Formats: sequence, structure tokens, C-alpha cells
Amino acid sequence: MAKVLKTFPIGGVHPCDNKLSASKQIEPVVLPATVTIPLSQHIGAPATPIVKPLDIVKVGQLIAKASGFVSANIHSSVSGTVKKIDNVPDTCGYKRPAIIIDVEDDVWENSIDRTDSLLKEISLSQKDIVEKVQESGIVGLGGATFPTHVKLSVPKGKTCEYLLINGVECEPYLTSDHRLMLEKTEEIFVGIKIVMKALGVSKAIIGIENNKKDAIDKMSAISNNYDGISVQALKVQYPQGGEKQLAKALINREIPAPPGLPIDVGCVIQNVGTIYAIYEAVQKNKPLFERVVTITGRSIKNSSNFLARIGTSISVLIDASGGLPGDTGKIISGGPMMGKALNTTDIPVSKGTSGILILPEQISSRTNISNCIRCAKCVSVCPLGLEPYLLSKLSLRSLFDKAESEQVVNCIECGCCSYNCPSKIPLLDFIRLGKTTVMKNIRNRTK
Amino acid sequence: MQNTLKYAILSLSAIGTISAIILYFIAQKFKVEEDPRIDAVEEALPSANCGGCGYPGCRNFAEACVNASDLSGLYCPAGGSETMQNVARILGLEAGEQIPMIAVVRCSGSLENRPKTTIYDSAKTCLIASTVYSGDTGCEYGCLGLGDCVVSCLFDAIHINENTFLPEVDQNKCTACNACVKSCPKNIIELRKKGLKDRRVFVSCINKEKGGIAKISCKVACIGCMKCQKECPFDAISVENFLAYIDFEKCKLCRKCVSVCPTSAILETNFPPKKIAELNKETVNPSENKNINSDIEKDPNG
Amino acid sequence: MNNKLLKVSLSPHLSGKESVKSIMYGVVIALVPAFIAGLYFFGIGALRVTVTAVVACVLFEYVIQKYLLKVKPTISDGSAIITGLLLAYNVPSNISAGIIILGSLVAIGIAKMSFGGLGNNPFNPALVGRVFLLISFPVDMTSWPKPIVTRASVIDAVTAATPLAIVKEGLAGGTPYSILLTQIPSYWDMFLGNVGGCIGEVSALALIIGLFYMLYKKIITWHIPISMTGSIFIFTGIMWLINPQANADPVFHILTGGVLLGAIFMATDMVTSPMTPKGMLIFGSAIGILTVIIRVYGAYPEGVSFSILIMNAFVPIINRFCKPKRFGEIIK
Repeated sequence: MAKVLKTFPIGGVHPCDNKLSASKQIEPVVLPATVTIPLSQHIGAPATPIVKPLDIVKVGQLIAKASGFVSANIHSSVSGTVKKIDNVPDTCGYKRPAIIIDVEDDVWENSIDRTDSLLKEISLSQKDIVEKVQESGIVGLGGATFPTHVKLSVPKGKTCEYLLINGVECEPYLTSDHRLMLEKTEEIFVGIKIVMKALGVSKAIIGIENNKKDAIDKMSAISNNYDGISVQALKVQYPQGGEKQLAKALINREIPAPPGLPIDVGCVIQNVGTIYAIYEAVQKNKPLFERVVTITGRSIKNSSNFLARIGTSISVLIDASGGLPGDTGKIISGGPMMGKALNTTDIPVSKGTSGILILPEQISSRTNISNCIRCAKCVSVCPLGLEPYLLSKLSLRSLFDKAESEQVVNCIECGCCSYNCPSKIPLLDFIRLGKTTVMKNIRNRTK
Repeated sequence: MQNTLKYAILSLSAIGTISAIILYFIAQKFKVEEDPRIDAVEEALPSANCGGCGYPGCRNFAEACVNASDLSGLYCPAGGSETMQNVARILGLEAGEQIPMIAVVRCSGSLENRPKTTIYDSAKTCLIASTVYSGDTGCEYGCLGLGDCVVSCLFDAIHINENTFLPEVDQNKCTACNACVKSCPKNIIELRKKGLKDRRVFVSCINKEKGGIAKISCKVACIGCMKCQKECPFDAISVENFLAYIDFEKCKLCRKCVSVCPTSAILETNFPPKKIAELNKETVNPSENKNINSDIEKDPNG
Repeated sequence: MNNKLLKVSLSPHLSGKESVKSIMYGVVIALVPAFIAGLYFFGIGALRVTVTAVVACVLFEYVIQKYLLKVKPTISDGSAIITGLLLAYNVPSNISAGIIILGSLVAIGIAKMSFGGLGNNPFNPALVGRVFLLISFPVDMTSWPKPIVTRASVIDAVTAATPLAIVKEGLAGGTPYSILLTQIPSYWDMFLGNVGGCIGEVSALALIIGLFYMLYKKIITWHIPISMTGSIFIFTGIMWLINPQANADPVFHILTGGVLLGAIFMATDMVTSPMTPKGMLIFGSAIGILTVIIRVYGAYPEGVSFSILIMNAFVPIINRFCKPKRFGEIIK
């Protein structure tokens, strides 16, 4: 099987991939005493709670309804009593509403099929699938947490030719998608078939980076049994998991700048985690209330992949993998390139938590900044063909109109520029500031 | 040699004369008729171009003054009433009277009052820090201490205190131009009445949490206990979202609220020290100086 | 809660291994072969000049930063060493210490620190220093010692014109190129460096070794060296094909003078070269064309330094107009 490894053509970096937990099986984590389920786990309007304190809930019961089209339902991940609906600090430390439930037993909704059997037959119609996905509160599990039913509803006038499956997992350290592909291979293929039916496409390509050879082999072997689904090995390069880079690498099409979407070039991109969640929702009637979370880091005792209920505090997961090491300098939700640094371990797992990375003190600190030496290394690694040095300078000097004409909104915040800067200038910090300001300006203008 | 010199001098002077004539005629032809009073008014202004008046620069403000029929809506905060009197004299108008204002920092979360919970390690600007997270302390409303206000100030009137990591306004330099107010992503800085002899009473906190939670993150947070509101004889204090606010239009600087505040969240500035008899009577005696001095011994890095 | 405070920062939380220091010392390493060649062909004189220049540059940077600008000196980043090395490589080995120190002062003081130090200088400091010396001390700067024979002595009076000067004068005097070829060293000698000239520029071989090292370490890209030598080769090649007797051939042009030193080390200086590949190609080709124009029609036999400095001034404009291809610009 001598395939040419595809990749995206411009930019990109290659950080050491550190997939420490790649050989660890997904294991369920013990149920915590209480769970805190945030009402805003997705992009869009926060969900509206439909339970009140002292209500008894079951696993999988709807506890908050989507408010609007771009929003998502939220289901209880445990059974027990609703303690309160209160504002709790989110990953940013700002207080956001959440439902706090005291756990009692583990009683599931009767409608959920808890068997392990593989159901290949897709009985639902195209419309029903999308409705089911919407009901089950499924969002993009790769980290963006965009409500999936929105993606599955192809807007009028657009056609979808390809379904692209993101099994790239280009972020160093994270292995949740990798394990899912190894352990739930058939389920993922059925899930892809479901999404293909929902979108009405005949071709699906699964992109997997070449550092997951076992997953590529296993997926390729099974792909022969499924019509229209192929597996494409990709060269290891960050940020290949980005929608734009993946579409370029797999089908050589360039998604235009925002507000351009993948559908503009005839494709829809889904993460393997999302695909598995769709499988479970459609075939097993199980809403999204648990997900695979990688707990990893060089200093941690057992890097592991947990199947965690939404709302479990990450401190529970850290304890289950050997406790927080004494020299911890930073706790990151997500991967090291795009993840968010947390200010406490008392943060619940949410739908978008793909991993928790613990970095020791010495690698977590930023090094001293020196002058820009105009080496253009940021320009050469930018996968969007932007000029990070210029954008950061413009943002720093508040020249936002100029930054807009330099297409700052095109930035996907992958962090390649900051990673590669020999002067260690936090380019992305400033670019992000410029990007948010420019986006705000654009919104105000169209209003 | 002689000839060369002669020709050089002659030709250069000829070029000079011709150019001067051309320049003169061009200047005459393209002359823009402008009200000479604009220049005069501009002269009288501080030419800081701070934008505090609402116009992009001093010249625009001067134009607006000249075109206006009365000066009531126009005020130069940087120059103050004196400047406006001068402007009024040039234009032969009445100067609008305006109460002098000053920027006030409404946070007392020094290192001692509000311990750090995390270390911030990114670009050192408040705006970026506030987009990442709530701040490096338990209080999500409080000052980040990274000095966006200091950068925004054109008059060198606001500085970060090295001991408290809080900005302090130099009351002699502040012109109430509003730049720092706009620059603060947490909306901590407010323009308040400067007050007679620079005396002011204000709530130095904007924490909208419930009392208990606010108190955990910061010792001097306003807990919304309503004591000050009950105490105030002038109905100047309102409490909303567990946060008291003193209306500086109604406040008569009686300082009763200061003495009842259980968390010392209400500050008074530039009042003479209280009499000893009064001091003994009161259990709580907060003052701005006390808050600042108590932190000097602290190591800035914790 | 553990007693240590967690750090919070924006992503990315990792950073690459490369630093300003590693880049600068990479360039220093790449300059070593040329130094060895200079030492071999010009002897102790080369060592004396190089050490003087490096020490002077580092010292000036330190003194200016510490006492004039009152900032923390950053001499450890190695950029002053490179300036010193490049300045030394651009002067003859028998130049007096005073001149080289003056050159270092101009390079560091005027061309670099007065603009704000590393990263802010619009012109290559070493070249500014070199051109300053060339204009101020034309005799000292253009009396080249002969190679090999002088290896033992520090200052040697035996000087020889460079092949470039011989050819330029000869062609101007109407001597056919084929006859001039017999008066200059062979191409093989020029390739190895066995000719008169500046310390660092004589050995093409040593410079090319440096080039490959820098390409391997990804310190520079191929764009500037290739476009610059390429444009010189093509331009002089056309002229030579038109009239082989009145023009020197392209190989001669590339091997002589400072073309390779300029193309590999001077024009590729990160601070003073364009940011985008397209811009680099324009920059390199323009330097090449300017060099040939100065060599063939100008008053000086050599034009690399001047062309690079002229093009340095155009870098902001090149950066402004040569944008990289934006992703997703062309909607398929």
C-alpha cells in the first residue's frame, strides 16, 4: 500500500507529537459525587434550563433546551437530584450559568440502547437523522463545538459533494480521536454512512495523519466493506486538523475567507468523535452526555483516555490518572497549540473538552522576548499566507483598518507563528486582539 | 576663475529670485480664506489633542468654538475653565460653566486585599488579558494592573503603584479627558466630580457578586450590605446587584457612609484627619492612605 | 488547591527550539569556512583584522547599550559578532587596526544602534561600515596583498590588483578579453580563493560550504542567493554573448569580487531583506542587475556593496507590495 502522503501546501510546523497515551484503552471514569453541567457548551446561544432545583433526573434526560437554531440541547449525564442552577466560573473564570446535580445511582433513560451490539441498518430518513442529531445535542467534538445539525442542513443553493472526516488529531499529546478510531472502528463507519445519508453525498474521505499507522491500517481494511468511504493517510504537519487545511489536503480545494464555509467548496467536515456521537444518537438513541477525554502530560503518572460524563470536574480525572504533579505550571484544556490554560482544576468537562494537558513549570513559562529580527519565519509557517509580524504590529498600534485590509480575519489562530518565532514574540496574542476588534467593527458596520 | 565665480553667483541668485516670485503667486492663488479667530482660539487651547472634548483634535475644537453661537456645550477638559474663559474672551461669548472632573479608579484590590490565584504569562495589556480570562485574582471585576490606562494617558497623570499594582491618578495632572476610562476593559475608571479642595467620597469597588463570594476574593470588596444606603441623609447612594454607588451630584461629602462600611470599600480623599475623639468612637476608620501604606512591605511578586 | 499558582497564558503553549541566538550563532558557524580560507591565503593579517573587528563591534555595542542607551546589553545574541566578521571579510588583510575600529564604530554605532539596535536597522551594518571605509580610505581599502606569499608577515607591502580591476581597466583600455584572461589567475584559483582580494570574499568554495550549512539549518532560504547570482549570470552572459571580446564572461563575474559573499551572507541578512519569497526574488535579481551595471559602467570595479545597500532602501516598499498568496483567495 504505497500511497503518497498528502498534506496542505503552505505553512505549518511540526512540533514533537508526544502522543503518550496512544496505547491506552478508553476506560470509564468513576462517577463523581456532583456534576456541574454548563449551559453554554457550544457556539451560539446558551441553552435554557427546563429543570428546577430538587427535580429528579435520569441519565440522558433533557435538562436544558436549545434556544434558537444555532444552539444545542443539553442532557443530564448522571442520575440524581438537581441541586441548583447557579453561576459558576467557566474556563475563563467568568461566571456562567450551569446546572449542578447531586449524583445518586446510575439510572438511565429506558429509551437508550446500552448494549454493545453494532447496528448497521440505518432506518431513519434523511430528515429524521438531522432532527435526531439536533435532539441529541450533538456539537462538533473536535473543539470548536459548533452545533452539528446546522452543519448537516445544507443551505439552499449549495451542493455537498464530499464528506470529509477529520481523524487527523494534529495537536500534540491528544489521543482521544485516535483511540476512538481503533476501538470503535465499525461504529465510526456506520456513523459516516448516517451522515452521508443525511447530506446526500456519495463520497467520504477519512484523513488520518501518518503518526497513527495502526488506525490507518485498521480503518483502511474496513473501508473496503463500505461503499464510497476511503481512507487517506496524511503527512504529519500541524495544523492539518483545521478545516481549511484538511479540505486543501484531501480534495485540494480552498475554503474562502470568513464568512466562507466548507460548504462553499462542496464539502462538509466532521470530526471522528462527532461521527461516533452521531452513531450513538441515531442507532442507540443515546444523547451526547459523555465523551473521550485524554489526560496527558510528561509529568503525570498515567496518561490515559477516559470516557467521562459531561460535568465531571477535571480534578476527578486528574486524580484518576495519578494526581496532579507537584511541579505543575500550567493546566491546559485541549492541546498545547490551541488549548486554553485553566486557572483552577475545578472546571467541569464539557462537550468541547478533548483533553487535559498538564505541563510542568519549566516548559510552561514563556521565554524572554527579544526584538523582531524580521526573519520572516512567521510568514513562512502561516498556513493562511498571512504576515503575522505585520498583523501583530498593526494590532499593537491599534491600526485595525489596516489590519482588516491585511485580512486579519482569515487567521485561524493556529499558533504556528508564535511557535516558530525565534524572538519568542507572542504574535498570536496581538493578532487575536486585532482579529476580535476587526470582527466587531465588521459586525457594527453591517448592523 | 573670477568668471566662474561671477556666473555661479549670478545664476544662483537668478534662480532664487524667479522661484520666490513663482512661490509668491502660487501662494496668492491657492490661499484659503479662513477665520483668523480659529488660529487665535487654537493658540489658547492646550494643543494636547487628547480628544477629551469630543473632537478629534484641538483645531477641530477651535473651529467648533468659532462656529458655535454659544459655548455652553463646548468644554476643554484639559485646559479647564481658565482656558474656556480665554476662548470666550477671544470670541466675545459667555464661557459654559462646567464642574471640574477627575478620573477615579474604583478598585482597591491590592496584593494584600486580593491575593493572586494564578500567574498571567502573556502579552502585557489589560485588553488581551481580559479576553483570556477573568484575571489573575479571584475577582472577575477587579483591576488587572497591566496598565492600559497608563499607556492611554497623554498627560502622564496615571501610574501603576509598584506596591499595590493598582493605577493611581495624579490629581494635579488629570484633565478628565476620558481616555483612561475608555481604555479600561473592565470599566473600573470613572469620571467623578473633582470636589471642593479635591475632596471626594466614592465606592472603590465594582464587584457585582453576592457579598459572601465577593468577600472571599477581595477583603475590601463592596458586599452590598446596604448599610451606607441607610446611613446616607442625602439619598445619594444606590445599591444594585450587591454593589453600592454614590451619586456625586447628590453627595454632600458628609462621610457617614465611610464610617459604616464594614469592608472599607468606600474611600475618602483629601479630608483632614479626623479628630481623636471621633477616632476613638469609631471602630472602622478606613482611608486611602491606610490602604496603600499597608502594602509597602509586601514583595511585589508574592 | 496546590500551593503553587498556575500560569495562565494564551495559546500556543509550546514554542519552537529556534531562538535569535541559535540563528545568529548558526550564521557565525557558516562564516567559519571563509575565515579558515582567509587565514590560509592571507596569514596572520587576516586573523588580526578579524579579531580586531569582532572585538571592536562587540565592545561598541556593549558600551552603547550600557552607557548611552542605558538598556540591558544584548551582545550575547551574537549579532555584533556577525557584523564584526562580515566587516572584516570585506576589507583587505593588511589594513591598519585604526581603520577597522573606525569602521566598526560606524557599523555598530551609526548603522545599527542609532536605528534602535537589532532588528530595526534598515541597512546592513557591516556594509555601511565597509562603504564608509571604502569612500574615506580608498587607497587602504583597495591595495590588496597577494595571497600565500604573505602568510608569515603581518603587514605586507606587496600588493596586487584584483582580477576585477585588471579586467575593468583592460577592457576600458581596449584590450580584448581573451588577452586579459591570461593576466588573471585561473578560474580554479578563483574558486579556491588563491587571488588577491578581501579576507572573506576570495574563496568561493568556503562561502558555498557556508551556504549549504545555512540552507541545511534553514537559517536562510535559497531565494536571494540564487536570484542574485542568477541575474548576474544571465545579464553578463547576454553581454558576453553579444561581444565576447569587450565583455567578461559570466563565470568570471560570479567568481570574482564580493558576489558570493554578498549573495550568501550580506543580502540574506534577515533584518535588511524582504519577508516574502516573491519579494526576495525581486530583491536578489535587482541586486544582481545593479551590481553588473556598476561593474561594467560605473567608476568602481566592484558594485556588490553599493547594490545591496541601494536595495536595502527598497525593502519596505518590496514588503508592502509583495504579499504572500493568501489562502482561499481564489474561489474554485
